[in-house]
Amino acid sequence: MTAVVRSGVDGFLARYEALRDLLPGDPRQRSAAAEAFRRAGLPGAAAGRREEAWKYTALRPLADASFGRTASQAPADSRALANLPQIEVPRIVFIDGMFSPGLSIVPSTLPFARFADRAEFGSIARSDSEPLVALNTMLADDGAILEVPAGTDAGLLVLVSAATDRAAFHPRHTIRLATGARLTLLDLACGDGTYLHNPVFEVNVAKDAVLSHVRLQNESTSAFHLSTLYAEIDERGTYDSFVLNLGSRIARTEAHARLIGGKGVTHLNGAQLLSGMQHADFTTVVRHQAPSCASRQTVKNVLAGRSHGVFQGRIEVARHAQKTDGYQMNQALLLSPEAEIDIKPELEIFADDVKCSHGATVGELDADQLFYLRSRGISDAEARSILVRAFLAEALDAVSNETVREILEQAVEGWWEKQAA
Amino acid sequence: MLEIRGLFAAIEDKPILQGIDLTVPQGEVHAIMGPNGSGKSTLAYVLSGREDYAVTAGSATFDGHDLLTMEPEARAATGLFLAFQYPVELPGVGNANFLRTALNAQRRSRGDSELDAVQFLKVARAETKRLAMPEDMLRRNVNVGFSGGEKKRNEVLQMAILRPRLAILDETDSGLDIDALKIVADGVNALRGPDFSALIITHYQRLLDHIVPDHVHVLAGGRIVRSGGPELAHELEAKGYAGMIAEAA
Repeated sequence: MTAVVRSGVDGFLARYEALRDLLPGDPRQRSAAAEAFRRAGLPGAAAGRREEAWKYTALRPLADASFGRTASQAPADSRALANLPQIEVPRIVFIDGMFSPGLSIVPSTLPFARFADRAEFGSIARSDSEPLVALNTMLADDGAILEVPAGTDAGLLVLVSAATDRAAFHPRHTIRLATGARLTLLDLACGDGTYLHNPVFEVNVAKDAVLSHVRLQNESTSAFHLSTLYAEIDERGTYDSFVLNLGSRIARTEAHARLIGGKGVTHLNGAQLLSGMQHADFTTVVRHQAPSCASRQTVKNVLAGRSHGVFQGRIEVARHAQKTDGYQMNQALLLSPEAEIDIKPELEIFADDVKCSHGATVGELDADQLFYLRSRGISDAEARSILVRAFLAEALDAVSNETVREILEQAVEGWWEKQAA
Repeated sequence: MLEIRGLFAAIEDKPILQGIDLTVPQGEVHAIMGPNGSGKSTLAYVLSGREDYAVTAGSATFDGHDLLTMEPEARAATGLFLAFQYPVELPGVGNANFLRTALNAQRRSRGDSELDAVQFLKVARAETKRLAMPEDMLRRNVNVGFSGGEKKRNEVLQMAILRPRLAILDETDSGLDIDALKIVADGVNALRGPDFSALIITHYQRLLDHIVPDHVHVLAGGRIVRSGGPELAHELEAKGYAGMIAEAA
């Protein structure tokens, strides 16, 4: 391995040029993606180019960062392990984007393959319209392929990404649930130093299948986490996701959910806790393309310091998607006068018999609640912490798996301790 | 002992309290009655430390502590308790946790040891039972989904557990049916003793039939216009506020 120390779009393209003959999978898709990435660049990095989808998030700091590491810098496996939740469940671990068999406990109940061995780009991710998907498609060299067979309940699986300084990696994950299958996937991202984690997920939920996807983004606070997820949900299927954004200097979790069969359900819930100069962007697009489907999005933000939260939620209802039930709520608690949130809800409805609503609240802690707590002898600082935790506890209620919810609660507790320190 | 001297307070430059003088000796229960807008709730809030009110003159001390310079939590730690007229809902905060946090915060500031969850629940369950409250009230979020009467009973439960030395009850009787009123009154009477005093703010004499006060004061226009024994409440019930205020003027 050679050390590639070039930054920005050129750096990524140079890496592609250097690796193109070694990368697995269809080279034509790679080169088409490279061309798309070359044209689009990193959103917001160049002056004067501002796409609507990236209105509030600019990747200038990413363009200025350089990545690349020599082989002598061995990944810190033990540190990655220390970040793992102490539960005895199957886990698939990636270090700097490469599958680590030694750290993994590969599940016996569900077929698992590596993208490195079976490099198939799915059909639902869009390199042509999403620059970061193009970047991923150009450089993806590993990832998890999980296929839950029909009628199987695969239980809980943890998917871990641990990263080290100066790494840049672009995992390509595919999750397919066949008819009536079930899986709870806890997707945990952590690391040390400055790095780029740019995963693309393709998710297929077949008829009557249920995927509960909980994502804990707890990256290093100097990292870049840019994930794009595509989910297709068939008849009576459920894609239920919860994203907790705690880490990263710049994070964007973008999810596209397409309801393609009647009575499908998707939840794109989440919470963001930010401080310092952190920026996190929660972007969703829900496409109702079949009748009687339901989508739910409740996103809570707690913003301290000079942090910046973004919520962009778009709901599209096709003409034949009658009896659609769409709901979107964004709530933000601003803990400092310098914290900021941008909220952009968009509804595009072509059917006439639908129920769609969206709402947003932005505020400080409630003065009546604070006084009530203090009048009982609780200090101002403790009262504030109780109210922020309560606000978050309500968000975490959306996570039904208790083991997983406890892991999120611990992560929130850890975030809180860091703020207090 | 609570001593209020020449107390003036305003909200957003609008004067509300206009020279209150009041002494509640240790062990006594005093009632404050008065029409709407007379300043009853303002007095309760000013004593417990709500920030929206500006004290423009006067003093208020409790056992020698200068209340007006203290944070609300410090006032609570000296033994002051306000039962709110409109108890606040705290979604996402469990009632039992809230009460234990409050009790332990007060114990800490007094140098007492904290109660662990088991010790606390024993105390809390006993008080819940004594106040004829369903036990699931401890598991529910603070005041969320409580009826008006349940909220008021929850205030009394907090009082019973925190064991204040001076309780201010701000229209705790409003919204209570007769059974709940008796429960609330029993809760207060159970605390009565040489080391407990109370200031009971109410519109009606009804509550005072169950908690018989040592003294009754009539507040009007931000000032105490008459003081007397428990019989004053009955006189007030007969004459109405207008009649009594006209006499006092």
